[in-house]
Amino acid sequence: MAEITFRVKRQDPQDKKNPEAHWEDYKITYEGNLTVLEGLFYIQEKYDGSLAFRYCCRASVCGSCAMYIDGAYRLACQTNVKHLDSAGSPDPVVTVAPMPHLPLVKDLVCDMTDFFAKYEYIMPWLIRKSPDPEKELLQSPKDRKKLDMPIDCILCGCCYSSCPSVWGEENYLGPAALLKAYRFEVDSRDEARKDRLSRWDNERGVYRCHTIMNCVEACPKELVPTEGIQWLKRAAIRRRLFGRLK
Amino acid sequence: MIHHDVIVVGGGLAGLRAAIEAKRAGLDVAVLSQVHPGRSHSGAAQGGINAALGNHPEGRDDSWEKHAFDTTKGGDFLGDQDAIVQMTKDAIEVIYEMDHWGCPFSRYEDGRITQRPFGGAGFPRCCYGADKTGHYLLHTLVEQAYKHQVKLYVEQYVCKLIVHEGICQGVVAYDMIRGGFEAFSGGAVIIATGGAGRIYANSTNALINTGGGMAMAYHAGVPLKDMEFIQFHPTGLYSTNILMTEAARGEGGYLVNGLGERYMEKYAPKFMELAPRDIVARAGQTEINEGRGINGQPYVYLDLRHLGAEKILERLPGIRDLAIHFEGVDPIEEPIPVVPSQHYTMGGIDTNVDGATIMPGLYAAGECACVSVHGANRLGGNSLLETIVFGRRAGADVFRYLESRPDKRPPNARAAFAAVQAMEDKVEALARAEATENAYALRTEMALVTKEHFGVFRDEAGMKAGLDKLLSIKERSAKVGLRYTGNVFNLDLIRTLDLEGMIDVALCMAMGALNRTESRGAHYRTDYTKRDDANWLKHTLAYYRPGEAGPRLDYKPVTLGYFEPEERKY
Ligand SMILES: Cc1cc2nc3c(=O)[nH]c(=O)nc-3n(C[C@H](O)[C@H](O)[C@H](O)COP(=O)(O)OP(=O)(O)OC[C@H]3O[C@@H](n4cnc5c(N)ncnc54)[C@H](O)[C@@H]3O)c2cc1C
Ligand code: SF4
Ligand code: SF4
Ligand code: FES
Repeated sequence: MAEITFRVKRQDPQDKKNPEAHWEDYKITYEGNLTVLEGLFYIQEKYDGSLAFRYCCRASVCGSCAMYIDGAYRLACQTNVKHLDSAGSPDPVVTVAPMPHLPLVKDLVCDMTDFFAKYEYIMPWLIRKSPDPEKELLQSPKDRKKLDMPIDCILCGCCYSSCPSVWGEENYLGPAALLKAYRFEVDSRDEARKDRLSRWDNERGVYRCHTIMNCVEACPKELVPTEGIQWLKRAAIRRRLFGRLK
Repeated sequence: MIHHDVIVVGGGLAGLRAAIEAKRAGLDVAVLSQVHPGRSHSGAAQGGINAALGNHPEGRDDSWEKHAFDTTKGGDFLGDQDAIVQMTKDAIEVIYEMDHWGCPFSRYEDGRITQRPFGGAGFPRCCYGADKTGHYLLHTLVEQAYKHQVKLYVEQYVCKLIVHEGICQGVVAYDMIRGGFEAFSGGAVIIATGGAGRIYANSTNALINTGGGMAMAYHAGVPLKDMEFIQFHPTGLYSTNILMTEAARGEGGYLVNGLGERYMEKYAPKFMELAPRDIVARAGQTEINEGRGINGQPYVYLDLRHLGAEKILERLPGIRDLAIHFEGVDPIEEPIPVVPSQHYTMGGIDTNVDGATIMPGLYAAGECACVSVHGANRLGGNSLLETIVFGRRAGADVFRYLESRPDKRPPNARAAFAAVQAMEDKVEALARAEATENAYALRTEMALVTKEHFGVFRDEAGMKAGLDKLLSIKERSAKVGLRYTGNVFNLDLIRTLDLEGMIDVALCMAMGALNRTESRGAHYRTDYTKRDDANWLKHTLAYYRPGEAGPRLDYKPVTLGYFEPEERKY
């Protein structure tokens, strides 16, 4: 049997008596392995039914459980407490907080409305002008390979929460939406001309990124949003010079 | 009260595909989902989706007829053959459609979609995008839903159907962000809430797969069909039951016991590791039960090492990450400890080939529905296909239904308010209850009972004992209460409300299983080891009986017409 303390940041903005953020400690005993998500369920079931957090797949593919754990962006379900620095100490304490810089719904649940509004704004779908063929749209493995990185995004929001440009300018689209724009602009099957370009080729879009790279550090899927953003910047120039994006 | 022409409950592949189809037909459509649609369980699917495209060099002679036969045989002849034929015919078209919408399938040199061998299939017909096919398909449909301006209500927990004069007219939902219950009325409701895996303690499924949609339909009087057929996947990770896709074997992976033998030789000498799942799961469980697990431990190995780093990194990168993160094992270096794990609910809400239930205005599609195409055992790659094919068909049929319905009166407002009131009363009672039972403890207990008594191997004595335990859990569940009464993101409320439905769904499964005195597909009884077509070539229907502990069981014939039942040999 092992024991560990979870220090959880609690806040219920609706609670008129106690709307401020505060930390609460919970002792957890476990055998074998423990993920942070399992720890949160332990707390919710054993100590405090009011604890709020998002979850779904518990296998690091759905992007629900992004949090700020021991001072870093992580997926709670993917984080084995054994692998945290705090685990080494004789009386380990894991700190669990919501993603910073985002509006809060309650406890560990952030308001993702703006995040998804920006995702939608960027027109995150394949744009076609030609009629569809009878069978598949052919795409070479080389062209398909260009999609490998951006299509792994699980829209967890870590990069968005970590980006200083987002903190400074609430209209900035942010790394996830721009990565999505890249995912389609770079797709050999996409036939967008100005459609999407007008949405990211401006001060709300790629030019607000100052390559600070927080987003790369934050991404739990080890994606590189900046690679996409840089590609878009170059594509905008290509378009001005040669009239084409790709 | 919020009104739309069509209310879709669930934003997984089935729900989104239904919504897009209805929207394209010109209807005003809303999708309600407990999580953002892009976080639905469909996104966890790894291996691929079946369609007889004939793109694989060894698949040139493939056809939808052969796909239909493999599906029928894989399901041990319990599937309705008209539905199976419909699905395998539609398959080709819907895959091309997903491609036209941008789904990033993996590609052959000539640019066509790649396909891989999958269990129980005579040809390599499983179309894939690395080992993240579900994620790619789901995101493609989320994108199309935004493009088509389907109205999304995110983090709405649906808990009740609104039924007026026998017609379904909407749902009641708990708004997790703003708090409170709201009525969403519509001319038709499509339930697409996915499977009920979490009624088992050893499930590969997402934590929200609690069978809520099945329970809602059941409580409204619509029967659940073939619930005793629960699929166990041969390769869940030993410590967490997280899935290692069948594609790992499709790409050439071995199953190995404690003696270092590829034990499938004994069970399916021709198909080996790629026999249908029920057979491979029983084989693994037999090895474990007879002491041939690894070092006598209750697991076997999935060994991928001989595939080499390059192939693993290209075709199975997701599997590798999961094994590293959740089992501490890198498949390039070491074999992966795996166990048979609950994986799929073959049964579900009884529908016809257009997703319609016996209740006018109520449809169902995806894993929560039972058309049935999977019969007694689903083939890998057929479930993603089912969600898209029958989601699309349901969306199209809703349009026909709304056009043709003689009674064009708007949904009855009083019925909607009464339904909201009923939910509020129920929650108030839970809040005031002097709870003597703990909802979480009961849920855990129930999930262990199903795992122990209704697993890969079943028999009369074990199932009777299990059923008694479930009945007592049902009784005790009347004594639970709420521990938290806050309005916003109240997980205590959701998880407590889940419990009743989970127990009722488990009871349908248990009674169906106990009654069926034969072995067929995933339902394997050590006391009746043979399939019995003379008595049991029929579907189970479980009807809710208000005030009674378990369902009333009835049966209906299987639709044949294309293939005669034969013995399954692999
Ligand atoms: C790990 C794993 C791997 C798999 N791999 C494959 C594969 O390779 N090939 C294959 O063919 N099949 C595979 N399957 C099966 C397949 O993924 C599922 O059967 C299928 O995705 C189910 O889709 P769905 O749309 O029916 O439901 P889901 O995708 O489960 O969606 C359900 C939706 O309903 C919503 N919901 C549920 N309850 C409520 C409620 N009460 N109120 C509001 N909303 C609610 C959820 O939020 C969600 O949006 C796999 C399954 C698992 C578990
Ligand atoms: S690199 Fe750009 S997008 Fe990423 S954190 Fe920095 S400013 Fe934000
Ligand atoms: S890029 Fe990474 S951090 Fe950002 S949303 Fe996608 S998965 Fe999350
Ligand atoms: S629960 Fe899905 S990513 Fe953690």
